[in-house]
Amino acid sequence: MTTFDITIIGAGVVGTAIARALSRRELSVALVDSAADVGDGTSKANTAILHTGFDAKPGTLESRLVSRGYALLGDYAAQTGIPLERTGAVLVAWTEEELGNLPGLREKAIENGYDRCELLSAEEVYAALPSLGPGALGGLSVPDESIICPWTPSIAYATEAVQNGAALLLRHEVRGVEVGPDETTVRTSGGDLRTRWVINAAGLGADVLDREFGYGRFTVTPRRGELLVFDKLASSLLDKIVLPVPSKLGKGVLVSPTVYGNIMLGPTAQDLEDKTATNTSEGGFEFLRSKGERLMPQLFEEEVTTAYAGLRAAVDHGDYLIDADAAQRYVLVGGIRSTGLTSSMAIAEHVEGLLREGGVRLEPRVEVVDPPQMPMIGERFLRPYQREDLIAADPEYGRIVCFCERVTAGEIRDALTSTVPAVDRGGISRRTRATNGRCQAFYCGAAVDACIATVGEESR
Amino acid sequence: MTTTIVADVAIIGGGPAGLTAATELASRTSADVVVLEREHEAGGIPRHSDHLGYGIRDKRRFTTGPRYARRLVDEAVAAGIDLRTETMVTSWDGTDMLVTSPTGRARVDATAVILATGARERPRPARQIPGSRPAGVLTTGELQNIVHLHHGSVGKRAVVVGGELVSWSAVMTLKEAGCRTEALVTRHASPESYAAFNLGGRAMFRPHLVTGHRVVQVLGRHRVEGVEVEEIATGRREVLECDTVVFTGDWIPDHELARSAGITLDPGTRGPLVDPLGRTDRDGVFAAGNLVHPVDTADVAALGGQHVARSVARFLTGEHLPNVSAVPVVGEAPFSWVTPGLFHPQFAPPARGRIETWVDEFVRVPRVTARQDGRVISRRTLPWPASPGRVFRIPWSVLAGADPNGGPIHLSL
Repeated sequence: MTTFDITIIGAGVVGTAIARALSRRELSVALVDSAADVGDGTSKANTAILHTGFDAKPGTLESRLVSRGYALLGDYAAQTGIPLERTGAVLVAWTEEELGNLPGLREKAIENGYDRCELLSAEEVYAALPSLGPGALGGLSVPDESIICPWTPSIAYATEAVQNGAALLLRHEVRGVEVGPDETTVRTSGGDLRTRWVINAAGLGADVLDREFGYGRFTVTPRRGELLVFDKLASSLLDKIVLPVPSKLGKGVLVSPTVYGNIMLGPTAQDLEDKTATNTSEGGFEFLRSKGERLMPQLFEEEVTTAYAGLRAAVDHGDYLIDADAAQRYVLVGGIRSTGLTSSMAIAEHVEGLLREGGVRLEPRVEVVDPPQMPMIGERFLRPYQREDLIAADPEYGRIVCFCERVTAGEIRDALTSTVPAVDRGGISRRTRATNGRCQAFYCGAAVDACIATVGEESR
Repeated sequence: MTTTIVADVAIIGGGPAGLTAATELASRTSADVVVLEREHEAGGIPRHSDHLGYGIRDKRRFTTGPRYARRLVDEAVAAGIDLRTETMVTSWDGTDMLVTSPTGRARVDATAVILATGARERPRPARQIPGSRPAGVLTTGELQNIVHLHHGSVGKRAVVVGGELVSWSAVMTLKEAGCRTEALVTRHASPESYAAFNLGGRAMFRPHLVTGHRVVQVLGRHRVEGVEVEEIATGRREVLECDTVVFTGDWIPDHELARSAGITLDPGTRGPLVDPLGRTDRDGVFAAGNLVHPVDTADVAALGGQHVARSVARFLTGEHLPNVSAVPVVGEAPFSWVTPGLFHPQFAPPARGRIETWVDEFVRVPRVTARQDGRVISRRTLPWPASPGRVFRIPWSVLAGADPNGGPIHLSL
């Protein structure tokens, strides 16, 4: 049995980013996850924002890594075709208390190294956000806050890692870890793995895995966030992210455009015990309706296209918990909350630093692949169905299967046969958007299933 | 290079309304007609409704959905239309229309446009029903696509949500797929479809009818394990176990193209606002079928297509069509929509001489009242009940006494 230099447990956005970075070194890397796809846990259901980090707690590791990650992922998105739109955000104050908090937030942003926030009068807020409900008292602009596709980054990172030779071991549920003097054995549902180092990027399961190494330093509480996604016909209502102002009354919700051309409202915040409770709730919908009707009354005139819930890995710790234990050849990457999408590449960079300190040689790999070109699934970019050149070369790119999202048979085929292929409808939807649209598979669900079955048979 | 499809009439949507309109125009006029159909095959919803009940009013026969669909396609092709499948209109601002097909991108240059894009069932998220997101949550459309077009399988025990005509269509399809319908859940006091259909359906399939209930939650992690329902009157809740749940009916027209072209919608139907000739507020753009009455049966949609085609024929010859300021026709509760939404004495009656309406509650002996500016224009008791879940038809003649210079006409029961 081969012994990997590094085994990363957890193929979410953080684990795949670390795998990508280490795959560019002269190291053998394994990336392990219990799911059948990368980015299939908390990473797939978040608010899809590339954060400047203006509101982080100054001086924290999170503040530093979000700020650095913003730049790194922004560049990587441009190279790979991850949909990213630099929309900007406005924090809107609805109460005197919130209004009073805005100057402090601006100061905090400066402490975090972000100096482009501006205080806005109510008139300026409505000029920027004409569809906002009545009653806004003022605002704070964050011109660099951006929206991003939450799914493509994990897939791009994993693709690059695999193309550089990393072993992607999906459907391998980790059941235990035994730390030996030179090697660690990772027991999984798919067999044992031997590795020198283990990196714990297990998200919601990071605390459990951490205990395998003899620690008891934190507990992950799944914090459920429910979101509503509105029809694309609502998209003209809004072209910026509207953020709530933190106040004593609790955190409000945001309303934001998505890179797929929808409008999103949420999230709720509810601490749970069940780490699999990704169901939406009556209470959540009620809360979002009451908030949304005030924020943007016209929103509910449009249809809700979909609703989903994500679980943030909330920890009883005010910062990211990233720590190396050289004696056990173990790195914990825990407490990465919703900012992890933004900071993912900076976390990977930081973990590399910890490994180097721990004595791991990080020689650049002699031959590395270029960053992969990802399928373009952003609404405001040129999509395959619009491209005469692509269709002329391959008519499958002119055969629209998912009408609502204009996804072609060529894209579905590509998703099923790519380096990190889709294996089910969820995987197809995250790579192409098929079935994610307003009809929710009324027209295309059966055709998409047939594509999956056909490719499945061919590969058997 | 983008090519151009040139035609006198471009019909968007090759279902019963679009195909019948195309056949009518191609066989009775010299117009060049192109039908743009995004599916692999034309025929619309009947293609995958593999049971009897089609073609009664338009073809004077009683046939299955797929046979009916094939016949509509064959007739249209025989009449000489240019039928383009796998051709989807991807953008239209009212003038510039672009399509994508496996042969490339093309611009459409047509004198008249008929929108016949149909309607779809509201999926579960649009009904804002919370719970988990397991496999096995379907609409009738997806169910019938799976079973009849792709010969796939569904589960073993289903709950069907809704009591419309289409709900029984779902029950029949489930039976054919070897899936037992455990329960039919409707928020109404009785199923909304025809009494005869209900009796027949109950006798044939014996689903447990759960009336006066609404679904409050979908349960199950990977696969549906059940739905939680609530008795609306009492708030009492229970779980119905199943591995498949089909959300039926609750139609919404596929109005996206109409909206992208800036066409005024009817606030009731959410389809384009049309006059009895099928004209929208955009010159040369007409609408027909379930896009304007979401939804009626396929044969009624087809006859609507034929009716609108006759208006289009007149439009193409430059024949004078009444250019008047029409009076809005508005439905009061329990009407959720009425169409056509515009009246003028110079207008010929709409298709089949009927106003089509939809009601939210059952009225056994409907007495239709038409009022204008506080004055009763007509009052008529109709011999058929008004029932939620299917179209309630009112003779156009109830509007006969309306003042063309007066305010909106209000219909009530």
